[in-house]
Amino acid sequence: MTETVKHTLLFVAVGLLLLLEGTTTAFGVFSGSWNSSLTILNMGLISAIMALGVNLQWGFAGLFNVGIMGFTALGGLAVVLIATPATPGAWDAGGQRILLALILGATTIFGAILVYHKMSGKRTRPLAMIAVLIVGFFIYRGVLDPGVEAVESINPALAGNIGGLGLPVLLAWPVGGILAAGVAWVIGKTALGLRSDYLAIATLGIAEIILSVLKNEDWLSRGVKNVVGLPRPVPYEVDLQNNPDFVEQAAAWGFDATTASTLYVKLGYSLLFTAVLLVLLWMAQMALKSPWGRMMRAIRDNEVAANAMGKDVTSRHLQIFILGSAICGIAGAMMTTLDSQLTPGTYNPLRFTFLIWVMVIVGGSGNNFGAVLGGLLVWFLWIKVEPLGLMLMDILTAGMAEDNGLRVHLLESAAHMRLFTMGLILLLVLRFSPRGLIPEK
Amino acid sequence: MDFLNALVALSNFVLIPGIAYGSQLALGALGVTLIYGILRFSNFAHGDTMAFGTMVTILFTWWFQSLGINAGPLPTALLALPFGILATMALVVATDRAVFKFYRQQKAKPVVFVMVSLGVMFMMNGLVRFIIGPGDQRFSDGERFIIKARTFKQMTGLDEGLAIKTSQGITVVTAIIVVAVLFWFLNKTRTGKSMRAYSDNEDLALLSGINPERVVIYTWLIVALLATVAGTLYGLDKSFKPFTYFQLLLPIFAAAIVGGLGSPLGAIAGGFVIAMSEVIITYAWKKVAQYLLPESMEPDGLVQLLSTDYKFAVSFAILIVVLLFKPTGIFKGKAV
Repeated sequence: MTETVKHTLLFVAVGLLLLLEGTTTAFGVFSGSWNSSLTILNMGLISAIMALGVNLQWGFAGLFNVGIMGFTALGGLAVVLIATPATPGAWDAGGQRILLALILGATTIFGAILVYHKMSGKRTRPLAMIAVLIVGFFIYRGVLDPGVEAVESINPALAGNIGGLGLPVLLAWPVGGILAAGVAWVIGKTALGLRSDYLAIATLGIAEIILSVLKNEDWLSRGVKNVVGLPRPVPYEVDLQNNPDFVEQAAAWGFDATTASTLYVKLGYSLLFTAVLLVLLWMAQMALKSPWGRMMRAIRDNEVAANAMGKDVTSRHLQIFILGSAICGIAGAMMTTLDSQLTPGTYNPLRFTFLIWVMVIVGGSGNNFGAVLGGLLVWFLWIKVEPLGLMLMDILTAGMAEDNGLRVHLLESAAHMRLFTMGLILLLVLRFSPRGLIPEK
Repeated sequence: MDFLNALVALSNFVLIPGIAYGSQLALGALGVTLIYGILRFSNFAHGDTMAFGTMVTILFTWWFQSLGINAGPLPTALLALPFGILATMALVVATDRAVFKFYRQQKAKPVVFVMVSLGVMFMMNGLVRFIIGPGDQRFSDGERFIIKARTFKQMTGLDEGLAIKTSQGITVVTAIIVVAVLFWFLNKTRTGKSMRAYSDNEDLALLSGINPERVVIYTWLIVALLATVAGTLYGLDKSFKPFTYFQLLLPIFAAAIVGGLGSPLGAIAGGFVIAMSEVIITYAWKKVAQYLLPESMEPDGLVQLLSTDYKFAVSFAILIVVLLFKPTGIFKGKAV
C-alpha cells in the first residue's frame, strides 16, 4: 500500500465517522443525527484551519506558540467591529474621544521608542523614557475615561458598546487575520531571536491579556455581557421555513421544513468553511514547496547553518509567526460567525490552545494534510470522549450501589476526563509516533 | 498624624499583601528556575504541580478536621503539608521516570521538553479536577488574624487600621525558613554542590563523577517541596481553584525570567518585583492620597492605574520590558 493510499484512507475514515454520526445510533457513541454530524464537521473544519496555522509555525519553523486562544479571540472581535451596526450616538458621545485616546496611547509608546533611540548612550535615558510613559499614560487615561463612560451609558442593557461598521460579515474574516497579525508582530518582535521558551511564555501571556481586554473593555466588546445576534452569511432558518418554495423542495426530498432548514444553514457554513480551508491549504502547500518553504525547513533543522548561508533567521521566523497567527485569527472570526455571538467568558486555553496542539501533533507536524486530518479527527474525538468517559465510568461502577459516594463522584467528574485523555494522547503520540499520522515527507 | 495614617494604610493594603504574595511567587519561581537550571527547560506543568500538592494537602486537612486534630491557632493545613509534599514528590518522580527520562536519554531539544511538559500539565490538571472538582475550596481554619484592624486602632489611636492575617504571617515565616534551608542545602551539602556544578557545566560535572540521574531526582524532590509549599500558602492566603493555579504560571515565569532563569537568588528578587508592581499598579491610591495631599488637591477618582482585572498585564509588561532590554534578567541567568 503506497503512502498516498494510506493517507487517503485516513481521510476516508474520518468521513466515515461523520457519516456514521449522521445515520446510526449504534454503540451508544453516535447520535444518528445529521444536524449533530454537520455541527461536528463545521467546528472540525475551523479547527483544521487553526491547526494549519499552528503547523505553519511549528511544523515549518519550529516556533512554539501557546497563545492561539488570544489570536482566535481577536478574530472574534473583528466580527463584532466589522459586521455589527454602529450603536446610534456612540460615535458622537465618546467614540471620537476613545479613538483620540488610542492614538495618544500609541504616540506615547512611539515617543518612548524615539527617546530610546535618540538618547542612546546617555545616562538620563531611562528616566526620560519613564517620564514620557508616565505623562503619556495619564493624558491617555484622562482622554479615554470620559469617552468610555459616555459610550457605556448608552442603552447598557442592549448596547453600551461602540458597535461596528455594519459591513458584510465575510469581510470580518480577513480583518480578523489582520488584527491577529498585528499582535503577532508585536510579540514576535520582542520574543523571537531569544531562547525558544521565551516565545512560548510571551504568547501564553498575550493570550491571557487579550482575553482580559475583551472581558473588561465593555465599550469595545460588551465584556462578559456578550455580543449576540451577529449577522450571518447564510439565510436564517425562520426565513427558509416561511419560504413556500423551500418547504416544497424539502418535502420532495423527504424532509420536514424545520429539519431541512437547519441542515441547509449548516451545509451552507460547511461549504463556506471548506472553501476557505481549501484556499489556505493550497497556499500552505505552495509555500511549503517554494524556495521560501525549503529555506524555512532548513532554518528549522539547523539554525546555525542557515545563518551561515546568509539567511536572516529572526526575521524569517517573524514572518512565519505572523502568517500562522493570521490564519488563527481568520479561523477565530469564522468560529464567531458560526456561533453568531462573541462570548469572551467561554474562551479557555485548554480548549483553544492546547487542543489545537494535540491536533497538529497527532495529525503530523510539518505536513499540511496531517494538520487538517488532525483537526477533523481530534475534534470528533474531543466531542465523543465525554459520552465515552461516562459510559466507561458507568461500567466501572456498575457493581456499586446507586447512592454510593464514590460512584456519584466518579460519574460527576467524568467530564474532566477530557483534559486527562488529551494530555495522555499528546504524550503517547510524542513518545511513540512523534511524526504523527501523516508524517512530513 | 496624617502621615502616619497614610503609612499605615499603605502597609495595610500594599506592603503586607505585596510581601505575602511576593513570597508565594518567589517560592513558585524558585521551582521553575531550579528545573531550568538542572533539566534545562521551562516546566509548564509547574502551576499544576502546585495545584496537585495543594489538593493533597487540602484532602489531608479535611481528614484531620474530621478526626478533630488541629494545630490550635494555626491552620490545620500546616499539619497536612508534609503529606502533601510526600505525595507530590511521588508524583513528580514518577512523571520524570515515565515521561521526561526518555527525552533526556534522547538528548531532545528544549522545545520538545516544553511541549512534553505541556502534556504533563494537561494530565495533572485533569487529575486535580477529577479528584477535587473545578470549584473554589477554602480550607483555612484557626485564628484568622494576628492583629485585627480594630485592636490596632485602639492600641495606637490612629484612624487607619492595620490588619495582618495569620496566613500572611505564616507565608512570610515559612518562606524565610524554606529559602534559608534551600540555600544552606545548595551551598553547604555535597548533593547541593553537585547540583550547582551540574547546572553550571554539565560536561565538567559528569567528568568529575557526578551521577546525573541522582542530581535530577534530588531536583524534582526539591521542586515538589517548593511547589507544594507555595501552592498551600497561596491557597491559605486566597483560595484554592485549579484554574487559578494554572494562571499563576504567568507571574511565576515572569518572576523567574526577571530575576534571571537558573538563578535562585534572582527568582526570589523577581517574585517580589512582580508581586509589588502588581499590587502597586492595581491598588486604588485614593485613601493614601487623602491623607497626604491638602484637601483642595484631593483626587476625585480612585487613583487606580489599572483595574485588578489587568493584574496579568502587569507581570506581562514587566516580562516584555525585561526581554527587550535585559533578556538575561537582573541576576544574569543562564541562557538568552
